[in-house]
Amino acid sequence: MLAKTPFIPDKPILIVCGHFGSGKTCVSVALALALKKSGKNVTLVDLDIVNPYFRAADAAELMKANGINCINPEFANTNVDIPSLGAEIHSVFVNAERDPDSVTILDVGGDSGAAALGRYRQMIERAGYNMLFVASKYRPLTDTASAALENLREIEYYSRLRCTHVVNNSNIGDETTQTYVENALDFGRELSELSGLPEAFTSVVKADFCPALAEKYPDKSFFFIDNTTRKLF
Amino acid sequence: MSNKVLMKGNEALAEAAIRNGCLHFFGYPITPQTELAEYMAKRMPKVGGLCLQAESEVAAINMVLGAAATGTRAMTSSSSPGVSLKSEGISYMVGCDLPCLICNVQRGGPGLGGIQPSQQDYYQATKANGHGDLHLYVLAPASVQEMVNLVGRAFDVADTYRTPAMILADGALGQMMEPVDFDAALSEKREIPEKTWATNGTGMKRKRNVINSLYMNPDDLEQSIIDRFERYKKIEENETLWEELYTEDADIVIVSYGITSRICKSAIEMARAEGIKVGLIRPITVWPYPKAAIAKAAETAKQFLVVELNMGQMVDDVKVACECRRPVSFFGRTGGVLPTADDILAEIKKLNGGL
Repeated sequence: MLAKTPFIPDKPILIVCGHFGSGKTCVSVALALALKKSGKNVTLVDLDIVNPYFRAADAAELMKANGINCINPEFANTNVDIPSLGAEIHSVFVNAERDPDSVTILDVGGDSGAAALGRYRQMIERAGYNMLFVASKYRPLTDTASAALENLREIEYYSRLRCTHVVNNSNIGDETTQTYVENALDFGRELSELSGLPEAFTSVVKADFCPALAEKYPDKSFFFIDNTTRKLF
Repeated sequence: MSNKVLMKGNEALAEAAIRNGCLHFFGYPITPQTELAEYMAKRMPKVGGLCLQAESEVAAINMVLGAAATGTRAMTSSSSPGVSLKSEGISYMVGCDLPCLICNVQRGGPGLGGIQPSQQDYYQATKANGHGDLHLYVLAPASVQEMVNLVGRAFDVADTYRTPAMILADGALGQMMEPVDFDAALSEKREIPEKTWATNGTGMKRKRNVINSLYMNPDDLEQSIIDRFERYKKIEENETLWEELYTEDADIVIVSYGITSRICKSAIEMARAEGIKVGLIRPITVWPYPKAAIAKAAETAKQFLVVELNMGQMVDDVKVACECRRPVSFFGRTGGVLPTADDILAEIKKLNGGL
């Protein structure tokens, strides 16, 4: 079901950041699976210290079944909101030096939640990183390219790191149609132009119209991402 | 194509409030409600409104009191422990006949409890949110879109009857993301009586208005309460809302509200597929309570099953509404744990076998 990876990082650390609710976790999980399939040794780190419920730690079983190493905050999905990140995270920077095939995806909390990156900034810079900024036109506070750029700069400010790519993840969840995706293509292009950063890919939350999109827009890279945070209702 | 956006329940509550003319928000952060205040902080300056993080929940509700006294649409939000702190101020607002909107995005209690979703504040919201003879108009939405639809109604009812209104949500609704259409929600407009009581300046043209909940004379206090209860009666008559599903032929009628009702709907479809006649009454207002719907269902249904995220706080309301003519049983999880549709189906089968 999962597409081939649309994005091959050229550095061992792959940071996924963005406005909260922009789809960072779904993008992270999908990328982890795709990169694993392409032969990388993948570690997924849930660095979200702001979101109490829906998070990468929810996908722990799926990750484990696919041979992906997971590192979660000590109190993720418990009844307390203590944003404590374990010492285990340091191991990924050791791996980055030792194993040329390793990729570590850091799934970061939304907006100011990116401050958690600041604590690892020196190690991230030493290891080398790509930083994907995930944005959705259908999130009201980032509904224009300029609003999204403002959010991108805010995240760079909090993390003290620089974004390297943008990801257009414009969707409205289960009700997304092909038209919704097409109507947001300009948004992704404008954000790329305004920020001066290349578009890594356009993610699509439904597999059924991915082929049609790829045929209609051959110069674009579309990537199917499953909704891994879907719950009981 | 409809004009939908993807929002967290907490954000949607904030945006809906702004679109319904709320320009004053006073709050204090608490999980799982904080995104509401965060959204207000970002949006209010852009629409010429005010979002203020108070030094405490007690301060926030009293700022709402002050703002509402001037006739503006004011709002606060919190989660369970924070709403307990606001109770005193809420009672004062009732005593002053001031409209406002309070959102409770419930978490597990008692005490500090936990951050996972819960419906443990049903008693508090419907029976005792503050001291004194009082009711609040309490709405319990079941989706992000319904939250948006009900915010306007909550403000309208609050203004029309001069009462605080409450949106009783829970952590799951506050945190989950669903597509919403704001334009669809704004279609229903009603006439709001002019706020001649507001302390917004006399302009040297009228006597000054006084907003106060203290009465020197017991007879005056009694009369003010009697007048207020006349308004509560009108709210009961005109503003009670509920949804029914398959009640016409149901042997078992589930009564459930908010997020839990959605899990019940899945369980009901599963039971129906197996030939078990189950229906649903979903109170949308939990005060006033849809007594008439329960009483009517009691004429044909054999029994009721209440499903909530608490230890059965709504059971007595169902018993009273059906005058104990039918057995009322309970199934629920508490402390931040959610039942699955399979859990509820198992309970339905147990009851069905016992008939």
